[in-house]
Amino acid sequence: MELYELTVHELQELLAGGITSSAEIVKSVLARIDAVEDQVKSFITVTREQALDKARQVDAQGSYQGLAGIPMGLKDNICTRGVKTTCASRMLADFIPPYESTVSRRLDQQGSVLVGKLNMDEFAMGSSTENSAFFATRNPWDLTKVPGGSSGGSAAAVAAGQIPFSLGSDTGGSIRQPAAYCGVVGMKPTYGRVSRWGVVAYASSLDQVGVLSKDVRDNAMIMQIIAGHDPLDSNCVDLAVPDYVAGLDGSVRGMRIAYPREYFGVGVNESVRDLVMQALKKYQELGAIVEEASLPHSEYALPAYYLLGPAEASANLACFDGVRFGCRDNTAENVVDMFSGTRDHGFGDEVKRRIMLGTFALSSGYYDAYYLNALKVRRLIANDFTKVFNDYDIIIAPTTPTTAFGLGEQRGDLLTIYMNDVLTVPVNMAGLPGISIPCGFTGGLPVGMQIIGKAFDEATVYKAAYAFEQNTDFHTIKPQLGVR
Amino acid sequence: MSPDYEIVIGLEVHAELKTQTKIFCSCSTAFGAEPNTQTCPICAGFPGALPVLNRQVVDLAIRAGLALHCEIPAMCKFDRKNYFYPDLPHGYQVSQFDFPVCKQGYLDIDIEGQKKRVGVTRAHMEEDAGKLVHQGDITTTPFSLVDLNRSGVALLEIVSEPDMRSAQEARAYLEKLRSMLLFAGVSDCKMQEGSLRCDANVSVRPFGQQEFGTRCEIKNLNSFRALERAIEYEAKRHMEALEDGTELFQETRTWDEEKQMTRSMRSKEEAHDYRYFPEPDLPPLFISREWVDEVRAALPEMPEQAQQRLMEVYGLPEYDAALLTLTPETLDFFDRCVQEYPDAKTIANWMMGEFSRLLNQTNQEIGDSHLTPDHLVQMLRLVDDGTISGKIAKTVLEDMFNSGQSPQEIIKAKGLVQISDADTLLPLIEDIVGANPKVVEDYKSGKGKAMGFFVGQIMKATKGQANPALVNELLKKVLDSIQ
Amino acid sequence: MALTIKEVEHVAQLARLKLTEEEKVKFAQQLSTVLDYADTLNAISTEGVEPLIHILPIRNVFREDQRKPSMEREEILANAPLAEGFQYKVPKIM
Ligand SMILES: [Zn+2]
Repeated sequence: MELYELTVHELQELLAGGITSSAEIVKSVLARIDAVEDQVKSFITVTREQALDKARQVDAQGSYQGLAGIPMGLKDNICTRGVKTTCASRMLADFIPPYESTVSRRLDQQGSVLVGKLNMDEFAMGSSTENSAFFATRNPWDLTKVPGGSSGGSAAAVAAGQIPFSLGSDTGGSIRQPAAYCGVVGMKPTYGRVSRWGVVAYASSLDQVGVLSKDVRDNAMIMQIIAGHDPLDSNCVDLAVPDYVAGLDGSVRGMRIAYPREYFGVGVNESVRDLVMQALKKYQELGAIVEEASLPHSEYALPAYYLLGPAEASANLACFDGVRFGCRDNTAENVVDMFSGTRDHGFGDEVKRRIMLGTFALSSGYYDAYYLNALKVRRLIANDFTKVFNDYDIIIAPTTPTTAFGLGEQRGDLLTIYMNDVLTVPVNMAGLPGISIPCGFTGGLPVGMQIIGKAFDEATVYKAAYAFEQNTDFHTIKPQLGVR
Repeated sequence: MSPDYEIVIGLEVHAELKTQTKIFCSCSTAFGAEPNTQTCPICAGFPGALPVLNRQVVDLAIRAGLALHCEIPAMCKFDRKNYFYPDLPHGYQVSQFDFPVCKQGYLDIDIEGQKKRVGVTRAHMEEDAGKLVHQGDITTTPFSLVDLNRSGVALLEIVSEPDMRSAQEARAYLEKLRSMLLFAGVSDCKMQEGSLRCDANVSVRPFGQQEFGTRCEIKNLNSFRALERAIEYEAKRHMEALEDGTELFQETRTWDEEKQMTRSMRSKEEAHDYRYFPEPDLPPLFISREWVDEVRAALPEMPEQAQQRLMEVYGLPEYDAALLTLTPETLDFFDRCVQEYPDAKTIANWMMGEFSRLLNQTNQEIGDSHLTPDHLVQMLRLVDDGTISGKIAKTVLEDMFNSGQSPQEIIKAKGLVQISDADTLLPLIEDIVGANPKVVEDYKSGKGKAMGFFVGQIMKATKGQANPALVNELLKKVLDSIQ
Repeated sequence: MALTIKEVEHVAQLARLKLTEEEKVKFAQQLSTVLDYADTLNAISTEGVEPLIHILPIRNVFREDQRKPSMEREEILANAPLAEGFQYKVPKIM
């Protein structure tokens, strides 16, 4: 086994045992990036020298606490002071933030070593990472397929062994969907569990930062570090974070599991459905109570999301006006032309589409019919979950209706590509925690199973995910990269 | 103004709230700092930066609301108001749209002795924008510079009902509002520094008509005088248009101080559509009744109460009491004086007379002058004990006002002590009387002017320092002793 | 609902986006598709449903009114496309 193939907790053991050093781990990871990056293309920026420097510093300290010496990758919408943060947009191609996100600061303080910034759909808008202004990332399981999105770089890099773990952000499925497509573990925590300070906003009421990792234990451990109150984010609640790792006991005996019939219906690929049903059987075998339930407003989550997300985005992206940062149209003679010229040049098509959609949904005469109505639908969706959670501990469903699709296959077909998120969006609308873990393969591609929990009950989600993982071996199967 | 038309005026006033830090970040709000030295990723609108509400802003907003007799609803929230402008870093302003912190209040104003009640529709919290610096005029400048020090400073926007019917009423409302905000301690209300800004909505309609006329919003009103002049100008413009049958457009106009006229602001945005929606980064505010009561209990004495007190406790006339309660500083000055010196009316006279004249002359606020209550009281005592005359006192006051010296210092330095010594005055009087036998004759023949002549001469000879009562007494004696 | 070219132009103007004629046609068609999809929400009654404005049951989150150092202006201006005299420089407003 090479160092880059190991999980975080395996690396921690090697470090603690004095068997390896952070510098060696970082070198191994950098070598892996060198070896496979032109196939996977998951990194926008590799912070090679900076990473080696920090690794040596950590090594010099002599002992390894927490995440000391463990490499990490961050989605490129997470601001890193002094390190280019582009959001995969021409707009921010040269943007170097003068401030640090809370999540990256916490990991940095724990000793984790930033190795690079990961590709994504521009401003986190998309489900394939093809909307990156720079290049498309490929799925390590099949280089002709997309890795999913918008955190496609974050998922592909972990799957390809380029990084032991990464952070992504999830507004409508942007962690879970690529995690499913790339066969890794991806957790979106409860809205308000993790600070959004320094994370470039797409839709503020839906965005959450989460972890992509090789297994559930790593994921829980990293979440433990990034979760918890932050006075810099008014929505990041002051609520104690339980010890997630300590809760991983492998047992689901007596746990009440619901599977919503709406998530197994039309549009969901048969083999995906079968694999998740098999997983539910596994849970039954392990002593859980598994029952069908209903989330009746599920089908309305996606259309409501495509009003609310864009509406918030239309304001969040108004700060890109060419005045204080980012690119600028220098040919414009007046401010109005400078604004529109800058935004025309700086934004890609999908970003423009969503800005216009959101602007329209909020505009005079349409606000009530579109934006306000969507807020009401959001309430109905949240209520659906509340009802089911009165009787059940977790909800299990497929993460996505299909496995990864081909590069370029869905380009231009908006509704088809939006459908990728049909099973993940409702969870954001309700603000709940959701994880995607591998639950099998079909056609040589991984399939993800989504476990949804009650608000702020990430612990039970992790516990259930871990029990499944420990009783299956899907997470141990790696893509065969470099074998062409 | 034509008697056939009625002017309808509503005011939108922005008051900068008196906080140490901005509304959503910890940057300083101090006025006059070097450009962009009081900014951070939050108030400069950087991506990923998030707002956290300053508690003091809410406290001050509630306090202002109570001073304006507003209802403080149990729930309020923030919204984003979307528009692009180079001084607006986020591309939206965080404001309050449908659930403001204060609503439905009023202010009573005095118009020629008549009380009039003007409705306050609402007051809401919002953030200020930055400052644009042009080379010359905004219409001709080849480029502009953006300073974000002011961006994110907390404002309270106070919207009145369209209840005012003349420029005079509008001015009275703004003066009263300023006074209330000053007394409540929520804003410095300095119009020159922009901590109090006023926009006026003006329309004109024929008397008796129910519907409002076409409304124009006038911006850039930087003084009470500008407000009055702009409304008068605008009302006249509307009336002329109504007379001529020319069409009026609902538009935003700006007051040109130099030309003393309003002019249309070339529409900076062809279509106004602010697309307000709830600010997702800020949780809603629930203001408990306990909180409101706490703020109410801590509310300082307001001008109406103070006026009442001055009339009841010190027996001052209503006019005096009103003038002495225009600003908290004025009232405080009076209160300090009256604690040491019991004759309230005399204090009032000096404050409203000489002191007020000097302030106007030098364009100063009461707090800017060097005159202290302590010095004024000392001066009044010196008048009472005959050390100086009332006339000399005016000179002393002006000196105290300019130099900040105590009255004793001034009197000593300038030798202004009143001569109340008969032994000093008598020879002088005898000399003057002896040198003017003709006037003595006049006096004897009963011409009243003669007495005045001698007093004037004596005062002249003593540079006004002679005790007038003593002069009179001695003079009479001297003249009567002449056969 | 179907968006007209005129509506697309209006929205683009509000959003400060410059569109070519082809883009207007393309976006009109694409946005109409998404809005048609959004119109499926009309199938359910939302009468009497309270809009979900804030997902978290939290309220009154404050910071105290205490000054902290601002950012060095060299740093806040470092990303500016154009600056002069420590201020952001923009072309003429009118
Ligand atoms: Zn600031």
